[in-house]
Amino acid sequence: MTAAIQQAQNTEDLVFYVRDEEHHAEGSSTALGFWIYLMSDCLIFAILFAIYGVLGGNYAAGPGPQDLFDLELVAINTAMLLFSSITYGFAMLAAEKNRQGATLAWLAVTGLFGLAFLGIELFEFHHLIEMGATPQRSAFLSSFFVLVGTHGLHVTFGIIWLVTLMAQVKMRGLIPANRRRLMCLSMFWHFLDVIWIGVFTFVYLMGMLR
Amino acid sequence: MSTHADAAHNNPVTSAEQHVEGHAEAVHEEGQAHGSMRSYLTGFLLSVVLTAIPFWLVMTGTLSTQLTAVIVVGMAVVQIVVHMVFFLHMDPRSEEGWNIMALGFTLIVVVIVLSGSLWVMYHLNSNMMPDMEMSQLLQ
Repeated sequence: MTAAIQQAQNTEDLVFYVRDEEHHAEGSSTALGFWIYLMSDCLIFAILFAIYGVLGGNYAAGPGPQDLFDLELVAINTAMLLFSSITYGFAMLAAEKNRQGATLAWLAVTGLFGLAFLGIELFEFHHLIEMGATPQRSAFLSSFFVLVGTHGLHVTFGIIWLVTLMAQVKMRGLIPANRRRLMCLSMFWHFLDVIWIGVFTFVYLMGMLR
Repeated sequence: MSTHADAAHNNPVTSAEQHVEGHAEAVHEEGQAHGSMRSYLTGFLLSVVLTAIPFWLVMTGTLSTQLTAVIVVGMAVVQIVVHMVFFLHMDPRSEEGWNIMALGFTLIVVVIVLSGSLWVMYHLNSNMMPDMEMSQLLQ
């Protein structure tokens, strides 16, 4: 009997795997998890870019990029998104210094730039559809609307998230959970700006060079 | 290891405190790197330059189409890296390298999807051209 216990104690020293999960603070792996979500989102956009790359030249005797795109408008749009990126950065810096008012103010500015971006994009879409360049017109336009529209949809949900987060920060302050959420939205927002670089380069600028 | 376990057993409170403290530090080291005002501004200025030049080149048409295309794509790639470093704070050390690993894997898949689709569909397109069949019939 005692020998058996002795035996058991001896074998206890041999550890082949971690029996107790190493303790992690709540949310310590959120950043990585969210990053992996962003990477899967990146794959969605990769597929949409591939579709646009394949179908982007099929005008079906309809209008092409040179007939439709207004680069000045796209440049303004790009500026809006870039400004919103830097203002979100300022919000993060303010949050780091525990300045709740400044954080909320910069988030509001970010949201306004985001809304300006969406407004200009919707104006562009409206203009295109009015001219008869609808998604049904050609494969080029179908893939264009899907790619740029999906990005716009992401920005829309980003703004909804931003407003929700502003309400949360207002109600509960810069608690660790809210900081974590701010960091996730920061990654999301900057990620959308990265996707937009691909859009304005490959859809608009390269479209004009075609 | 055993001495540590003994100490923990003898004085659970202090060891728990130590554990928490140690963990707080670890979290700080593991977590996302935070940007500074300087890094955000650097990233912003670089992005402005890297956006303005391609737009200016395409809008004015100063250079040949081919050269413009190369510069435009090159600047986009550089700007994406700038955003990754200065805005998304990508750092091989954060998260023990797991986010770089995820990024690397994603990039491989993206390259396969893009180059594969374009390559296959380009050849499919050129092989399915109507005049292709005609010219083969005539031979």
